[in-house]
Amino acid sequence: MTLWLMAGLLFTPLAWAVLTLLAGFRRGRVVTWLGIAIQVLVSLALWAVVVRDGGFQYPLGGWQAPLGIELRVDGLAVTFVLLTALVAAASGLHAGFYLDPDKQWHRYFWPLFWFLWAGLNVVWLGNDLFNLYVGLELISLSAVGLVALGGQSEALRAALRYLMAALLGSLAYLLGVALFYGEFGSLSLSGIASALGQDSSGDGTGFALVLMLFGLALKTALFPMHRWLPPAHGIARSPVSALLSALVVKGSFYIAARLWLELGAPLGSLALAQLLGLLGGMAVFWGGWQALRQRKLKQVVAYSSVAQIGYLFLLFPLTWNTTEAAALQAQQAMTLQVISHALAKAAMFLSAGNLIMSVGSNRVNALAGVSHFLPFSLFSFGLAGVSLMGLPPTGGFAAKWLFLQASLATGQWWWLVVLLGGGLLSAAYVFRVYRASFVEDSNIDHFFHPARRLEIIPMILALLSLGLGLMAEPVLSVMALTFANGEGT
Amino acid sequence: MTTGALLPVFALMTSLTAAVIIFTLPEQKHQLRTAVNLIAAVLKLLLVGLMIWGVFQGREYGISFPMIPGVEFVLRADALAMLFAGLSASWWLLTTVYAVGYLEDSPNRSRFFGFFSLCVASTMGIALAGNLFTFFLFYEMLTLSTYPLVVHRGTQQALRAGRTYIIYTLTGGAVLLFGIAMLHGFSGDLPFRPGGHFADMSPDLQAPLTLVFVILIAGLGVKAAIVPLHGWLPTAMVAPAPVSALLHAVAVVKAGAFGIVRVVFEIYGLETANALGLLWGLAAIAAFTIIYGSARALSQSDLKRRLAFSTVSQVSYIILGLCLAGPVGVAGGLVHLVHQGVMKITLFFCAGNYAETLGIHRIDELDGAGRRMPGTSVAFTLAAFGMIGTPPLAGFITKWTMGTGALAAGMDWVIAVLVISSLLNAAYFLPVLNRIWFREQKNAWPEERQWGRFETSAWLLWPPLITAGFLVLAGLLASASFSPLGWVELIVAREVDL
Repeated sequence: MTLWLMAGLLFTPLAWAVLTLLAGFRRGRVVTWLGIAIQVLVSLALWAVVVRDGGFQYPLGGWQAPLGIELRVDGLAVTFVLLTALVAAASGLHAGFYLDPDKQWHRYFWPLFWFLWAGLNVVWLGNDLFNLYVGLELISLSAVGLVALGGQSEALRAALRYLMAALLGSLAYLLGVALFYGEFGSLSLSGIASALGQDSSGDGTGFALVLMLFGLALKTALFPMHRWLPPAHGIARSPVSALLSALVVKGSFYIAARLWLELGAPLGSLALAQLLGLLGGMAVFWGGWQALRQRKLKQVVAYSSVAQIGYLFLLFPLTWNTTEAAALQAQQAMTLQVISHALAKAAMFLSAGNLIMSVGSNRVNALAGVSHFLPFSLFSFGLAGVSLMGLPPTGGFAAKWLFLQASLATGQWWWLVVLLGGGLLSAAYVFRVYRASFVEDSNIDHFFHPARRLEIIPMILALLSLGLGLMAEPVLSVMALTFANGEGT
Repeated sequence: MTTGALLPVFALMTSLTAAVIIFTLPEQKHQLRTAVNLIAAVLKLLLVGLMIWGVFQGREYGISFPMIPGVEFVLRADALAMLFAGLSASWWLLTTVYAVGYLEDSPNRSRFFGFFSLCVASTMGIALAGNLFTFFLFYEMLTLSTYPLVVHRGTQQALRAGRTYIIYTLTGGAVLLFGIAMLHGFSGDLPFRPGGHFADMSPDLQAPLTLVFVILIAGLGVKAAIVPLHGWLPTAMVAPAPVSALLHAVAVVKAGAFGIVRVVFEIYGLETANALGLLWGLAAIAAFTIIYGSARALSQSDLKRRLAFSTVSQVSYIILGLCLAGPVGVAGGLVHLVHQGVMKITLFFCAGNYAETLGIHRIDELDGAGRRMPGTSVAFTLAAFGMIGTPPLAGFITKWTMGTGALAAGMDWVIAVLVISSLLNAAYFLPVLNRIWFREQKNAWPEERQWGRFETSAWLLWPPLITAGFLVLAGLLASASFSPLGWVELIVAREVDL
């Protein structure tokens, strides 16, 4: 049962990618609706099964590790599967009404969208380093294609830049994989972890880990390797930006986090952990500062992603050689940050898209006085902003609180500066947008209200991100579920 | 779970629901919106009244559930909560009535009343919060929901004031969060509890507890407008009058002061805080703020700005009262939570009436206003005399109780502070009253407007008259068990066993 569900999550998107490739934009949209319904249902079913029975590991096609494709699902993976289904469904539905069907190249949105979804599910469910690589490539290539969908030369330039960064990242990752394979003759993550536990022969593989983390950090746009992200996320069409910021960067981060949690203890070092945390902290400040200075609305949101990604990297110092309780808090904080940022950022990009559509300009100052028209999307934008600032009762706050507690418990008080200062900085750039919307002496007298269906989608996402803070406990209890049949098979 | 447990939730939901309905109503549906507003306000007042009755009989209402690992969301109605909840529920009703009249014919009313309701919901949450974490949740929600009200007019001046406001309050919030997280780090989730949690702490906790106390007070002190953290308050007076009333009397500054009360009483415990020597420092700052605020008020020529500095001064009475650390002094401080509220709300209502009816903003334009607007001027005069501390008005009760408390606590210097402050109050209020009543009108009113058959719109006239009546009654009937003072004595009997 579980196996079928997992296989469904991987193969339905691939099948739909091919199907929509054959259809035009409008027919592709209808086909996609059906696909989204299937994917959401299957994701929910898998979630229900894991909640009931715990996680599973499964060799696909009868081949055992290290050769075959090994699938695994635990509480964390299924949470991300469900998150993906939610955000992808929202962005897909929004895109169907948002993108101009008469532009020829928009028909390629659907196949790329489905390849992206397939890649994400491979990353959440894969268990060996090579499969994760395949998933990663699938994600990167379709993401680059989606950015290029913008059409203008600027979009192509951004896409090309993105492609370069993604390829370099993949290369570094692949090198690391090769080094591991040479040392242990295995690609299975749990296999390598247990081999490392038995003897200390893997001394040389510390370098492999560093290589892989470098590649993944580049793909996650960790400061100072973030330069490719703002142009790509800023120029892409809004539903694409939502997918990219909410999910794509999380894919590579998820792999980095899993590598660290399984191999970090034997192969990592204090310096490496602190360095990653430090870069994360600098990302928070640099991204926030840049967001404050951008003139274009979507660039503000894009730089905000750079900042928000920075928080995630606090996971590394807070789980290296710390007490179990503190490490657990840091992991919970990371999970909540991933979820709440995904929901809030998707809500923000989608509502920013609506606002840009309404006022016909992408500048922040063009929003002068729009709150006069009570735009629903401004409200969604604002709610999502509350989560990014990390104010209660949002998911962003719950994550920040747990990071605070973990920092205090491990005595690494310097992260408090990042957590509290970063929150204030995000408040500054979010309030800049609010402030513009309250200006009264502007002379705009008309306002184009987008269709309600376009406005309701970001609102739902923003409300979910808000509610996550109130529901953090049950969400985290699902995340904590491990394998029903014990570690490994 | 009984319905009693849900009463706090209902009280919170009334204004939240009102906010959601108002946001979805179209801008033109003015009557429907007013109806929703008033029904919600009355309903909330009834619910709070029901809870007050229950708490008086010794019942406690509450609900809690886990939110984040290690942290509970707690709503609880105890005597202290009811003091603030009663204050905010009754003044919300009057402020709503006033705001409906005040904003007649102005744009963006839907947005205004939506955030207005959210703001009151936050205040209710602050009152009912059962631990620091829940308190913080609503405290930040209050910050966010008041911002749109402060910048409501959308002028450059309003936007600048909004920025100042948000920088101060969010930074204060971050500092507060830091303190709460530290406290949580070494002692876990602490529900508010009479007597506090650190009555028998180990000596090595003393230093960190002192540090955390300073951080918490610094965070809360921003909203409570303790000098030097008060800078936002005079700037924020550009907001519409009902918002100023809300900021100064009901919600924002009170949230800060109430937070300090909770921390001192129910986290640290009055005795522990005193033993740690923390109250001395707090008393010194409060005393300085009282004098400083009054002195600055003297030199303001803008009426609302003068009132704003007066708020800076008056809120610190509450804090100074706590520091007297005796049952009488504490009662004096707590009762000022209500008394300052009722006096200041009256003053701001009146200032709003002068501004809306006659276009008066500066004090030197007030000459002869008493004859043109007698009702408003009587209310203003009563409130001003209350502030000065003339018997038998509410302000006198505060000062008298605090004075006796100071003597009982052996802190005689507080009497000097009270006297100096009262003299300064007289010095900045009496000239205003002199202009209103005894000067002849020199020039035409800056911007006069005929409004209904009274001196101004009935929506604007009744609220200050009612609050003025209340401040007289609070003074005259101070010894009755249902007066603010009576209720505060009940709180003190339950909270403080000195």
